[in-house]
Amino acid sequence: MANVKLNPLEVVFWLCTLLPFVLAPSYLSLASQIAITALFALSLDLILGYAGIVSLGHAAFFGVGAYTAGLIAKHYWTEPLSALLLAGLLAGIVGYAMSHIIVRFRHLALIMLTMGFGLLLHEAFNSASDITGGADGLQGFRVPGVLGFKFDMFGRTAYAYSLGLLFLCFLVCRRIIHSPFGLALRGIRENATRMPAIGAPNLAHLRKAYTIAAVVAGLAGAALTHTTSTVSLEVLSFGRSADVLVILILGGAGRLYGGLIGAIIYMVARDQFSGINPQYWYFWIGLLLVAVVMFLPNGILGGLSALYKKRQ
Amino acid sequence: MLSTKSVNKKFGSLVVAEDISLSLPQGVRYALIGPNGAGKTTLINLITGMVAPDSGEILLGDENITPLKPHQRVRKGLARTFQINTLFPHLTALESVTLSVLEREGHAHNWWRALPSFSAATDEAASILTSLNLQKNLNRETRELAYGQQRLLEIALALATRPRVLLLDEPAAGVPKGESAELFAAVEGLSSELTVLFIEHDMDVVFRFASRILVMVGGRILVEGSPQEIARDARVREVYLGAAHAA
Repeated sequence: MANVKLNPLEVVFWLCTLLPFVLAPSYLSLASQIAITALFALSLDLILGYAGIVSLGHAAFFGVGAYTAGLIAKHYWTEPLSALLLAGLLAGIVGYAMSHIIVRFRHLALIMLTMGFGLLLHEAFNSASDITGGADGLQGFRVPGVLGFKFDMFGRTAYAYSLGLLFLCFLVCRRIIHSPFGLALRGIRENATRMPAIGAPNLAHLRKAYTIAAVVAGLAGAALTHTTSTVSLEVLSFGRSADVLVILILGGAGRLYGGLIGAIIYMVARDQFSGINPQYWYFWIGLLLVAVVMFLPNGILGGLSALYKKRQ
Repeated sequence: MLSTKSVNKKFGSLVVAEDISLSLPQGVRYALIGPNGAGKTTLINLITGMVAPDSGEILLGDENITPLKPHQRVRKGLARTFQINTLFPHLTALESVTLSVLEREGHAHNWWRALPSFSAATDEAASILTSLNLQKNLNRETRELAYGQQRLLEIALALATRPRVLLLDEPAAGVPKGESAELFAAVEGLSSELTVLFIEHDMDVVFRFASRILVMVGGRILVEGSPQEIARDARVREVYLGAAHAA
């Protein structure tokens, strides 16, 4: 049975996440983006890595969270934590509604469905330009700070806020994975046919997992809005859904840390590659993905884990 | 305990179950035999809800369970194993059976308490695995277990649901002959209150462990009787050995 306490390696990992404050203070905005992307990837890992739900439309929940936070800040109040909770709640409601259809399908049909839902939502937000700003995005608001700390131009508060949120959500997700429900999700991933034969209501389990993942994705979207004070239609794009899938595959699905490691590598690589060649940087991302899938089919963490077991 | 009333099922024009009515009393060990394609596994699928009948009823005790989904039937006390191993390859044997116990107890929806706090479920799972002589393999991943051990794990998963009726679909399929007797000895040692229906091709095993035998041919129940009655039945000999041996 899994150990539920953070092991020393994990403690070291989380301590290392504080290093940018000291070692790379001029990259804190990027670090904040990485933390938010990692949180988004973590939410996808819950459904893809643990429950076997492949999604190409996960940005739908990220976008709902981002727009909810943006609309609240623009029209109502700028205190971010309450808006964060509301964004997560709304994304969860949308996720729960969608889950009733999503969990009934597997494989290719599931991929097409999630992609279809993502595109539908993207166009719905695009056409509702009176509310969402359409293709111009949502602008004209500013979230001044959180818990008395102002969002500064160096990204110090933004990173602290994103990292704190990521850490809290990680602890919750970790608890879920190490709970009976987490074991049931792994059971469904391993053998969905066997589960009903031991009395498991697969669809109910999957609906719950999908809803929780939507909440976490919504929180990530809201955090992006709060730290950038803008919402573009891109938050709902197919590209964002595809990117987060790539990130999870790079890092290794079904390992909790896979999304986090994948986000660090992907975002840093993107930052560096786009600096070298602003037009064709996706070429290098593609190359990285091909290399990882060919040589480390279970992602970077999967490869490291296999190496560790081999040495033992 | 378990009964069916005029259950019928067709796949297109192929009749796989025709007017099947049976009644399995509590505690009896039933063998379901018949040639390949007789509809034995389909009957188990119909009883467990994995295939919906075109008509007819399935009753567990006095309750009509025909409209229930497979997992709901399990919760009523109807468990099954599969002819081809249908397990959780990357879960350990202990995790797999613990999961089955947690589902039975309604704890599997719990996402805020850590697994180790459900020690009663883990202890029960370990006890079930020990009773099937798997105590040395508790923490090994299922995919690493020997084939015979995986067949036993199939049974352990079903037993963890605390069934009233256990349906075993060729539990010894692929197991060497010497080991299959050992496997059935484990089945024989189960609670005498448990009703067991098993599909098996090895007639030595069938006549040794079954107290009643059902013979199925072409989607129909040909005959039901004690092992002695079945051994004497000319129709059964004809099915297995051909018309020349029927007399």
